[in-house]
Amino acid sequence: MNDNLMRLKTGLAEMLKGGVIMDVTNAEQARIAEDAGAVAVMALERVPADIRAEGGVARMASPKRIREIMATVTIPVMAKVRIGHFAEAQILEALGVDFIDESEVLTPADEEHHVDKHQFKVPFVCGARDLGEALRRIGEGAAMIRTKGEAGSGNIVEAVRHLRRISHEIKRLTILGPEELMAEAKQLGAPYELVRMVASEGRLPVPNFAAGGIATPADASLCMQLGAESVFVGSGIFKSSDPAVRARAIVKATTHYREAMLVLEASEDLGDAMRGLDVSKMNESELLQTRGW
Amino acid sequence: MIRIGVLAIQGDFAAHARAVGRIGANAIEVRRANDVASLDGLIIPGGETTTMLKFIEEEDLAAPIADFARARRPIFGTCAGAILLAREVYNPAQASLGLIDIVVERNGYGRQVDSFIAEVETSIEGGPLEAVFIRAPRIRRIGPEVKVIARLNDEPVLVRGGNILAATFHPELTEDLRAHSLFVEMIRSFDRSVATPCIA
Repeated sequence: MNDNLMRLKTGLAEMLKGGVIMDVTNAEQARIAEDAGAVAVMALERVPADIRAEGGVARMASPKRIREIMATVTIPVMAKVRIGHFAEAQILEALGVDFIDESEVLTPADEEHHVDKHQFKVPFVCGARDLGEALRRIGEGAAMIRTKGEAGSGNIVEAVRHLRRISHEIKRLTILGPEELMAEAKQLGAPYELVRMVASEGRLPVPNFAAGGIATPADASLCMQLGAESVFVGSGIFKSSDPAVRARAIVKATTHYREAMLVLEASEDLGDAMRGLDVSKMNESELLQTRGW
Repeated sequence: MIRIGVLAIQGDFAAHARAVGRIGANAIEVRRANDVASLDGLIIPGGETTTMLKFIEEEDLAAPIADFARARRPIFGTCAGAILLAREVYNPAQASLGLIDIVVERNGYGRQVDSFIAEVETSIEGGPLEAVFIRAPRIRRIGPEVKVIARLNDEPVLVRGGNILAATFHPELTEDLRAHSLFVEMIRSFDRSVATPCIA
């Protein structure tokens, strides 16, 4: 691994901490996101809630759309590729996007392999539901981990599950003896060196953000208090009744997440949140989080 | 112990707090106007200036920071922090605190794929500094009172104007803490007798 390249990649992830990254589908939404104080935007063709509703194959956004968004805002622009679709990633790198999300929200292109992210100069973020999955992605070169949650559901329950599980598994590693770590690495399906690193540091070697189901300022505060270092908001903003106001409120709640009075202020007069889905009533086949391994 | 505030609206404030801790000072996260006055020094970290500006405006942070500077208390801005401290900002033009006489171009080297690490020449003892440039700004002009402390290819990358220190790179992301040590020196040599009183 080229150590300096990895430092540059995780360095950008560091700059995005304590902020909100918003899904946008056009230049106008990107402008609203930037004006609301987003630290980055995620350019995509359809927000997850629409992908879920409309079905079909979800692919990388068109270069034209991404270019328009890049020309509109000065904050970093991210874009999604299908799991394993390294050719889409090559296109996005050539286009000059600042971060690539290898995302379960799009239809996977490879059901066995993820992209070898070490081959790229542009940093990658990947979703994870547990520590083993997070460390496999980091082993492949991801510079940022986000929870998968359940994208497009407007329901925070899965992001909470994933945040808690990862932090529990990290805590567990820190109390194991050195002779127990190889067996633990085997159990987690994670690279041994990364397992050792997490055991000694007590945290992931890259920033850990929350995503998948965040719809309110309270959701953002909850994720931050559970240890997320930033939040991604997908459908939650532009599927609500007043996107600009809600975007601003979620940004405010993310910075002041520990101060209930300020999160309260941010929660007033927002109009309607997106309707949301009860994840426990969904079929396994409807879940996006089970994509990838 | 010296108390250094790190503006913690957003960005890599935790990396700065770690660097401050490692050189034996106390780091305090600053999010609100009331937090500023009692500090010995203030760091404005890397991050996104558009986001930070929104909060500075909303939380009325500009006045306490300007008062702090007027009292000649040291302030250190890195990357986004340097942009916020500058007299003038372009590409595109945006508001700034105007506390150091420099003109800054945002994203001066390009996008993330153009980010890089370089050794920069410096007047600080101990040889070249390792400098991490991430979507970094460029200092395009400096005023007569501003001293260049480090350069890359003849271009200033670390400058000091009065008690304001500004870096276009991220000293908080390297093991080499000489820039932070210089800032602590500035705080130590702060002379209360010449300081103008802080006007609230």
